[in-house]
Amino acid sequence: MNTSLSWLKKYVPSLDVTPKEFCDAMTLSGTKAEGYTALDARLDKIVVGKVLTCEPHPDSDHLHVCTVDAGSGEPLQIVCGAPNVREGIKVPVVLVGGSVAGTHAGGESSEGIVIKRGKLRGVESEGMICSIDELGSSSEFYPEAASDGIYIFPDDTEIGADAVELLGLHDAVVEFEVTSNRVDCYSVIGIAREAAATFGKEFCPPVVKETGNGEDVNDYVSVEVKDTDLCPRYTARVVKNVKIGPSPKWMQRCLASNGIRPINNIVDITNYIMEEYGQPMHSYDYDLIAGHKIIVRRAEDGEKFVTLDGQEHEMDSRMLMICDAEKAVGIAGIMGGENSMITDDCTTVLFEAANFDGTNIRLTSKRLGHQTDASQKFDKGLDPNTALEAMNRACQLIEEFGCGEVVGGCIDIYPVKREPETVLFEPEKINSMLGTEISEEDMIAYFKSVGLGYDEGSRRVIVPTFRQDVHRMCDLAEEVARFYGYDKIPLTLPGGAATAGGLTREMRIDSIVRTTVESCGFYQGYCYSFESPKVFDKLKFAEDAPERKAITIRNPLGPDYSIMRTTSLNGVLTSLATNYNRRNKAAMLYEMGNIYLSEELPPKELPDERMQLTLGMYDSGDFFDLKGVIELLFARLGVKEAREYTTDSLRNYYHPGRQAEIRIGGVRVGEIGEIHPDVMKAYGLGSRTYTAVIDMPAVYPLVSFERKYRGIAKYPAVTRDISMIVPKQITNAEIEKLIEQRAGKILEECDLFDIYEGAPILPGYKSMAYSLVFRRNDKTLEEAEITSAMKKILNGLSGLGIELRK
Amino acid sequence: MSEFEKRVREIEENASEAIKKAADLDRLNEIRISFLGKKGILTSVLKSMKDVPPEDRPMVGKWVNDARAVIEGRMEETRRYLEAEKQNARLKAEEIDVTLPAKTKAYGHRHPNTSVLEEVERIFVGMGYEVIEGPEIEYDEYNFTKLNIPANHPAKDEQDTFYITDDILLRTQTSPVQARIMEQGRLPIRMIAPGRVFRSDEVDATHSPSFHQIEGLVIDKGITFADLKGTLDVFAKKLFGPDTKTKFRPHHFPFTEPSAEVDVSCFKCGGKGCRFCKGEGWIEILGCGMVHPHVLEMCGIDPEVYGGFAFGVGLERITLLKYEIDDMRLLYENDVRFLRQF
Repeated sequence: MNTSLSWLKKYVPSLDVTPKEFCDAMTLSGTKAEGYTALDARLDKIVVGKVLTCEPHPDSDHLHVCTVDAGSGEPLQIVCGAPNVREGIKVPVVLVGGSVAGTHAGGESSEGIVIKRGKLRGVESEGMICSIDELGSSSEFYPEAASDGIYIFPDDTEIGADAVELLGLHDAVVEFEVTSNRVDCYSVIGIAREAAATFGKEFCPPVVKETGNGEDVNDYVSVEVKDTDLCPRYTARVVKNVKIGPSPKWMQRCLASNGIRPINNIVDITNYIMEEYGQPMHSYDYDLIAGHKIIVRRAEDGEKFVTLDGQEHEMDSRMLMICDAEKAVGIAGIMGGENSMITDDCTTVLFEAANFDGTNIRLTSKRLGHQTDASQKFDKGLDPNTALEAMNRACQLIEEFGCGEVVGGCIDIYPVKREPETVLFEPEKINSMLGTEISEEDMIAYFKSVGLGYDEGSRRVIVPTFRQDVHRMCDLAEEVARFYGYDKIPLTLPGGAATAGGLTREMRIDSIVRTTVESCGFYQGYCYSFESPKVFDKLKFAEDAPERKAITIRNPLGPDYSIMRTTSLNGVLTSLATNYNRRNKAAMLYEMGNIYLSEELPPKELPDERMQLTLGMYDSGDFFDLKGVIELLFARLGVKEAREYTTDSLRNYYHPGRQAEIRIGGVRVGEIGEIHPDVMKAYGLGSRTYTAVIDMPAVYPLVSFERKYRGIAKYPAVTRDISMIVPKQITNAEIEKLIEQRAGKILEECDLFDIYEGAPILPGYKSMAYSLVFRRNDKTLEEAEITSAMKKILNGLSGLGIELRK
Repeated sequence: MSEFEKRVREIEENASEAIKKAADLDRLNEIRISFLGKKGILTSVLKSMKDVPPEDRPMVGKWVNDARAVIEGRMEETRRYLEAEKQNARLKAEEIDVTLPAKTKAYGHRHPNTSVLEEVERIFVGMGYEVIEGPEIEYDEYNFTKLNIPANHPAKDEQDTFYITDDILLRTQTSPVQARIMEQGRLPIRMIAPGRVFRSDEVDATHSPSFHQIEGLVIDKGITFADLKGTLDVFAKKLFGPDTKTKFRPHHFPFTEPSAEVDVSCFKCGGKGCRFCKGEGWIEILGCGMVHPHVLEMCGIDPEVYGGFAFGVGLERITLLKYEIDDMRLLYENDVRFLRQF
């Protein structure tokens, strides 16, 4: 909501502050001012001058050489290019050294443009005659101004007077951010009331007088409200002998400051009331209302209606229409119809000031895709008690301006009057909530300053209906706090019993995970939770893969963000591809984020959110480097159970011969692999890429933070290396398992230290060399024990078709 | 002086002379062998003892032993000197250019969002807060209804919610965790709940459809607005520095009353006004307020007995401010050249 300081001062006449002071104080008392624009910031030394003579420029076909009396003694010679300059007119003149906001070519300068003495095509010019655009406004807001030419003042304007003042530009427009609970502050009066309370000044709202001739409005029109649930109040009055013309300058200035273009007196009055009271009004051409009857009813499904902006809308039965005896004449609260709009030949006007259900207006406006100034006021949910006063204020302005004859009486359909609420005043509770010691008297004074009443006898605060946000003690506490000053409330810390804070076990584990993978060189990335359903094809998921059963967002930003991810790989692969495409030499990324799994689609219950650790890298090592990171991670997490790397459950997105599912105790905890060339291509990755995913919920229960000291071995170890020829299909895991079983307890370590394929090893075989470390904790090993263990191992190996290398 | 004595003295002098001239340890060893070795010159003197009358032999033996001691002493002295010389020469030869580039160890980097979150968690854990998480896909009831945002409330529109079904949505705020924790009924409560939230905003330099918030909640007997102010003031000072000031401005949130928005004095210019704070001297960082009694009631807590405060901080907002990152999209691109700066 924008409004000018000068308009606010109409209701707070003693307000005397700079725009900056005003904005700061209003923000601190709860009416947030986002900022302000001083309309005269760039205007300097601009006075009213009279064009004494006006001759064509000797060296130009459009310039004129004028002499201008600017009230400073000697007439000034000014060269002017405006087509409408002529002898005898009074115009705004920028004196030498003064400044304007812009040029007539439309250029604007944030500091203003300084006018210097100079020559135009050889003729001396001492100043400038300006247009309304050069003064920083436009003919849109000054309808009397020429759209192409200089501004012309009325003939009776005083020469030498401050032109900026006369144009109402010594003013500032303040931009307010009104919160949704303060419906009353979507009006100039509402903000003025807050301003008066904030600065401790008197609040002077308009005094609405009785209006109307001796006739009775009921003889002119009748109103029937069929759907009172959507229209709690409907008021109507009639104005006859209407003389359409411009509204007074002061009203035009007010509207302009709120960003509303002046049109004519009738429209301007309704717009003015809408801003002043926050109550939208509508004016119908009385003669176009069939049967002189207004019926307020729900629309029929499929009913077509053309609003006064020429747009056709298809209505449905959830929407409210204003109709006459034969047809619809307006969409309630949004816009009137083309068929009843005011034109210049209108002589009798029917004014409507009604109250409509805010939610209904909001939904209708959304369904029709049609938001108007009126709908934006109504959809906040207005106070029905404002409607009548706004109506009468409009009629008062009609009479003041002499632009019509107001018919006596007012139709007011208001079946259930909204009464003020009352709230028990409990000052001690307010103080104990705020942590303050504010006196009862001060509290009551704060209430009264914003129009809340107080009944001494019942000790209840009376909340006027325009304040829809005050219902209970805490709301009163807020009123007290904001006028006492949030800044004056002390800083304390909560007392009470101490609490032991901390992270959850899962968070502590996640933290160790981050530190571990970072120590291995991985950078943490963040990826989106939603992605495109196309990722499943990109990752070569089978048509019936369970991952394809993803939760769909009903109203996504677009198809690329329409499903909740069921696999975390896409995020990391996309990020790796970004790095690859940007020619980053190598990248190691990890991400910790949820996937979302639901048995049922669409879900009836909340899905299973599973934290995934996803690692991905290119040009930073191979499968076994990544496997090393995973193993280090399990070690850091104190996972004692052995990890199995199995190849019996293959994923299409990995290289068929370079992937493993990671299992612990037979349960899947993750996977690791080299990305399939098809998938690399789909992502635009040109270097072999390795990824691993760890399903954290499967790991959490295996994590152990317990460590126990075990004695450091006192007796020496014995190492035996064996080198052998192994059939290619036998895995390291099988050999290790055999060695461990055969060697018994005295085996301390078994490490593969060499593996080789190729000549002189025969095809179908590989050479593998292990280093075995034996040790006893209770005594020095005897040679016989080792020999016996080695013998068992070698027998076992030869059972697998493995031979020792000679 | 007997001839013997003379000869021994001569040997001693020759040896000393040779030792003095020895240029390195090898030469010194040669000298040792030639004078003191089994077939050495001094040893040969002893061997010729048989020609000495028996009564003189002890004397001769003493001369020879004294000479040996002197030679060995000189030799030891020179050996030490030569060894030191040798080591010095080696050290001299091993001199390096210390300005050559360092050999860097590959170490990963934590995302700036995580670093800020961890800092915030440390601050609140230090004040006795538990850190709690809630679901990212949430019921409408927790995200809105239980936070005093009933059906058709304009706030539901303003937040532009992503819906899964009529009842299930992507949470638009971390506040539903408040309701979940209060419902459990374990009082008092001091908690923060960080997490991912979603709003239907197109991606640009200052918006993302997915971002993070940190919710805070304290419920106890006798909690005041002053406690809220004091807590957040401590938080701001710990996060942004001890000179940081806070400003509380009235605001409106459906689930708190009274409510406030909190500005901190600009930590770049200290409040004088700069490009960073757009000349304001203050930067808005969070929203907060006293938990609305109706919210307490809906969660089964008696507002006549218990009260408390809640606050919500936008994590990305702080991250962007703290590290002077000018485009939010950088946080989700995961370019290593960006990430390695943190």
